[in-house]
Order: sequence, then C-alpha cells, then structure tokens
Amino acid sequence: MNRVAYINARLLDPASGLDSPGALISEGETVVDFGPDLSPPDDAQIVDCKGLCLIPGLVDMRVQLREPGEEYKGTLASAGRAATAGGVTSMVCLPNTNPVIDDMSVLEFVARRARKLGLAKVYPYGAVTKGLMGEELAEIGLLSESGALAFTDGVKAVSNAQIMRRALSYASNFGQMIIQHPEEPSLAQGGVMNSGETSTRLGLSGIPREAEIIMVERDIRLAEMTGGRLHFAHLSTGEAVDVVRRAKARGLAITCDTAPPYFALSEIAVGEYRTFAKLSPPLRAEEDRLAVIEGLQDGTIDAIASDHAPHDEESKRLPFAQAAFGGVGLETLLVITLELFHNGHLDLLSALRLITSAPADLLKLEAGRLKKGAPADLVLVDPGRGWKVDADKMQSISKNTPFDGRPVQGVVLKTVVDGRTVFEKDA
Amino acid sequence: MSEIALDQIRFPHRHLLGIEGLSQDVISLLLDRAESYVEHNRQTDKTLSMLGGRTIINLFYEDSTRTRTSFELAGKQLGGNVINMSVATSSVKKGETLIDTAMTLNAMHPDVLVVRHNDSGAVQLLSEKVNCAVINAGDGRHEHPTQALLDALTIRRRKGRISGLLVAICGDIAHSRVARSNIHLLNAMGAQVRLIAPKTLIPSSIERLGVEVFNDMNEGLKDCDIVMMLRLQTERMQGGFFPSIREYFHFFGLDYEKLANAREDALIMHPGPMNRGVEIASEVADDIGRSAIREQVEMGVAVRMACLELLTLYAPKEDGS
Repeated sequence: MNRVAYINARLLDPASGLDSPGALISEGETVVDFGPDLSPPDDAQIVDCKGLCLIPGLVDMRVQLREPGEEYKGTLASAGRAATAGGVTSMVCLPNTNPVIDDMSVLEFVARRARKLGLAKVYPYGAVTKGLMGEELAEIGLLSESGALAFTDGVKAVSNAQIMRRALSYASNFGQMIIQHPEEPSLAQGGVMNSGETSTRLGLSGIPREAEIIMVERDIRLAEMTGGRLHFAHLSTGEAVDVVRRAKARGLAITCDTAPPYFALSEIAVGEYRTFAKLSPPLRAEEDRLAVIEGLQDGTIDAIASDHAPHDEESKRLPFAQAAFGGVGLETLLVITLELFHNGHLDLLSALRLITSAPADLLKLEAGRLKKGAPADLVLVDPGRGWKVDADKMQSISKNTPFDGRPVQGVVLKTVVDGRTVFEKDA
Repeated sequence: MSEIALDQIRFPHRHLLGIEGLSQDVISLLLDRAESYVEHNRQTDKTLSMLGGRTIINLFYEDSTRTRTSFELAGKQLGGNVINMSVATSSVKKGETLIDTAMTLNAMHPDVLVVRHNDSGAVQLLSEKVNCAVINAGDGRHEHPTQALLDALTIRRRKGRISGLLVAICGDIAHSRVARSNIHLLNAMGAQVRLIAPKTLIPSSIERLGVEVFNDMNEGLKDCDIVMMLRLQTERMQGGFFPSIREYFHFFGLDYEKLANAREDALIMHPGPMNRGVEIASEVADDIGRSAIREQVEMGVAVRMACLELLTLYAPKEDGS
C-alpha cells in the first residue's frame, strides 16, 4: 500500500485543538498516524512541509453546482478544480440544478459523476419541496436514504409557513435538518441590494434587513413548535444573529452559518453598480458586518460556507437590476476566513474550525479533522504568504468573485483527497 | 448673461452621467452656456454650426417625447447630425444586450450618445464600453441630469439666484430620477431642499442626501420659494403605495389651498408629463403668473445645447487630451 509521510509540518487540528510541529502518515486513502515525534517508515514517499501548516481539508456546506442544467456557468469538474485550488476537499451542493435534486435519480447522478472525477467530494442536499416550488414536500425519506445530507430549497426560502412547519416536522422523522435561506419573499420582492442610503443614492430597489430577520424569527417559532432541526444559511444582519443567539440561549437546536462576503464586505462594495457585488442576501451595512464577526466570535454562528454561485459574463454584464445574484467563493473561502485570524478577531484554530470540523459536525460528515483511520483529506497551507485575488486566474469557469483585486494572505500549496494529491501550487 | 471667453472653457468630464459629483463651478458653467442660447433660440433663424459634421445618436429605451425632441432640436440647432434610435424598431427588440448595442453604435463613431434606459446604472454601464461622450437622458430612478439643469436655469432666471432658496420637491420621490438629480444640484448650489411625500414614497435614508423630509403638504410648503411637483409614476409601482388617486390628490395634490402655505411669489414647477388632477390641479398648473412649467420646456433645449457643445468641444478625450 502506498504510504506518504508529510514531515516537518505544523499540524493543526481544530477539532482536537492540536497545534504542534510533527508529521502525518497516510496509507492509501487513510490517515494512519500523526503526531510530534513520528519518524517516517522507510518505504514512505516523503513530503517535506517545511514548517508550514498541514490542516484537515475544508468542508464547504453551501455550493451551487451548475451541472446538470447550466454547464456553461459551471460543471462538476470546474467546481472540483476550484474547490481543490481553494483547499476544499468536501463540498455540499444545493439542489437547484436542472433537473432539481428532488428525486433520487438526480441525487445519485450528481454523486456518481463527482466520484468519477475524483476531485473534491460532493455531497448533495435534497430539495424540501418538489421542483423547489414551495408547495409539496419532496420525498424527504427516500432522498435521505439515498444520501441527502440535509434538506433545503437552495436560494429560495420555504416561504409558506404551513409547508415549513410540515417540512421541519416530517424531516425530523428521519433525523434530518432543514436549511433555510431566510428571506421573506414578499418583502424582498423586486429588491436588488440592501435597502439604505446606497440603494437610495443609486436609485435601486432595496431589500430591507427585516426580510431576513422576520423569517429567522418565524422559523425559530416553527422549529420550537415541531421539534424540528433547523439551520439558517448565510446570515447577513446583526439582528438575525441576535435572534439566533437568544434562541440558542433558550436551549433550542438552532444553528446557522454565514459566508465570507458578510464579514468581509459591506454594501459599499456595490459602489457604482458593480454587479459582482450583487449577492443574495445582499451585502449589508458596516454595522451588520461587525455584528456578523461578533457572532462568529461568540459561537452564535456555527460555520462559514463559501456560498459559491457561479454566473457567466452574460448574466453579470447587465444593468444592476437585471444581473444575476451571487458570487463564486470556493477559491476564496480559506483566505477570507483567514482574515479573521490576521485581523485578530479569532485565533487560527478557531478560524479554521469554522470551515472544517464545525460544518462537518453540523452535517454529521466524517471529514474536517485529523484522525487516525479517517480519509486522508489534507491541505498544506502557508497562512502568511500574501497575494492578490485575480478573477481571471481562477479555476472556476465563471469568474464572478466579489473579491477581485483584494490583497489576501494565505496560500494553498497542496490539496490531498483520499491520499491522492489533487492540487499542487506551481512553485 | 455672463460672457465667457471660448478659449478658456474647460469641461472636466468625459460624460454627463449624473449631477452627483459635479462641482458648483461645472454646474455654473453649464448654466451660463445654456443661458447664452436662450435668446438665440427665440430668433427665427436658429442655426449654428459649431457641431457641424458631428454625429449625435439618441438611444431611448423608454418612450419619451419631450426629452428626445429637446435633444434632437438642440443637436440640430448646433449644426450636428442627429439620429434617433427607437428601441421598438431596433435590434434590441430582437434580444441584443445593452453592451452589444453599445459596441455596435460605437463602431459607427458617433460623437455623443444620448441614452435613456429604464434601469438605474444602465447608462453608466454603457459609457464604460464606448469611446464617445455619453449623456444620461434618464436612467431608472437614478438620475436625469439635464432635467435638473433646466430646472436650475428656470429658477435662476426667475429668481436671480439658486443659493439660499427654499425648495420643496413633492410627490413620488421613491421612483423619481428627477428628484435625485435635483437634490444633488440644489444642494451643490446652496439651496435648501425639502421633500414632501407620503411615507410610502420616501426611500430609505434619503435624509442622508442632505434634505429635510415632510409628510404633510401644508407643513412642508411653508415659506417655500419653489414648489417642484413630480409625476406620479404608477408604471413603476408594484401595488399598494397609496389607496387611491382621490385620496392621494386630497392629501398630496397641489391646489391653491395647499399652495397658500408657500411664499406669495413661489414658483411652481413640474418636469412633465403632468397627471392633471392627480399630483397637480389644472388651474394651478395653468396659472401663468406662478407656473414655470412651459418655461422649463423652453430651457430644456438651451441646456441640452450647452451639454452637447461642452461635451463635444471642451471635454477631455478618452486618451486624456
């Protein structure tokens, strides 16, 4: 069996709190040992980490694939390359493909295609409602049996309270979680950016912050009523974070995540109609950005996901109101999260935990930690090395990053999935 | 009328996309040049030749009678070739994108593109893709700079100044590009701006643009020098901003009773087209002593002549020269 020894590493495992110099040895697809005083077996292939960080592969719990259906915007292969270039070894995809993942055959198609590619691992979410139409429940039990990790209507909120109530209640039969895009559609309707001074100045229709807050408040009531397991995706407002904070204090099983744009950017990024900064939820005010960071610091926000949403040029080179919502994020998830460490908001292990073991635990995935016997999904990172985000150099087919031109710190040198090197940075 | 030596004129912008960001000096220059055309336009022979051989394309994605005609007249009176592209009969109807249309027109080497579009920011997007000067003839609810300039010229001629005046802008602020351009211009020129509208038609945080907001006409109009009425843009409304036209007129329509709160010599303005009996009573609109509505239209041609002239002859080119 093919053995690899990663020596002279700074081993970082957020789940156990390990931060120590040492080595890690994999055999085939599996980690067999790691620790400070480990000498590599004679037959092992040696990878000299030169004192840089060896961390568990990232788990990205919110990725939009465009395959099947919109392959010109993104394919499983291009998402796989983008993921591994960004240190992501497991990603969980939204069901908003065409056809929608509301049926076992589509779910199995995506999983099989991804396995064949052998890049980052892909796990699908199932749709809460058939066709994401918000009207009838999808086959949650059967999808669950086929491997759906949780259930969500993707970029659409489950807006009908009765349907949401039933979904929470029914999914709990199977121990499954509902992931909500918290946005009250009737308040958000027609809006294209955060409601406030900037939208007024630019003459753009606003999406009020209350659209998010109201949905979070409502759904917490429904979760309490049904005993269902509820998770909110990409929180963007201070009040919504606060509502979740209070729910957690009351002992409710409510969790949430956010995405890098919401702690690294504010509505100012829209500037003069930059459509790459048109996201859903919209970029909010500076106070919200700071409140999201606070939520990450005190543990109210459980995880960070990239919210990867590829769009081709034709969907973005349009007047702002007509442009598509969303930005790519797989290749910047790690570096923007590392800003929390570089800016002193979080220590290194806490920052990494939010993109490794924390999302894995939420989804009960065996991933995101250094563990003997676990799959050798690893990333070698130089956390301090600086570079500049350049949309044109991205691996993703679509280049719509809201972070284009941003100076960042942290370089992925090598990404390993199941013991195989799937990405290596050119020297 | 101030005389300016032609060789000293410098217009510092390549395009006219909005009033926001224009300095007091630039606005004054535009108004002074426009002023010099007002008397000229009243003559029988109006033809000038400074834009001889130059091409102006009017590209209107929204229907417009007065603005398009006004730009067309302005261009022709300066001796330019003016072409009207009407979207209804163009390739846009066949699905061509804004940027493709921009590239196509750009390849024909026009000197000025005059663009109206129903999306905020669309004119700026287009300006980034062409080599010629671009004039915003209204984009969504963002800006309509030539309207604000013609309003300012009207005010300056009637009142002798803009600075220090108390101006009320009334009605559908939420959907109005005219309101936004006027707020920026009046603030830049030192006037004091009030907005009067029901709360549902006041966009979020607008007071940060430097205005005072009122929700009661009688209160808001008190002591105003200028009363600018806005057209109620029902075509941009998706339901439920107010219960009925009758109720709207009762509380926010301009009639003599509400107007009595303003100064006796207050000037009444409206960018047109008017909804008589909706935002303004007919007898107020037609009051020759107080209404400047027809004069606004006249000033429109002079202002657009100034804009075309300055952007064509006195603005920096793409290479910075």
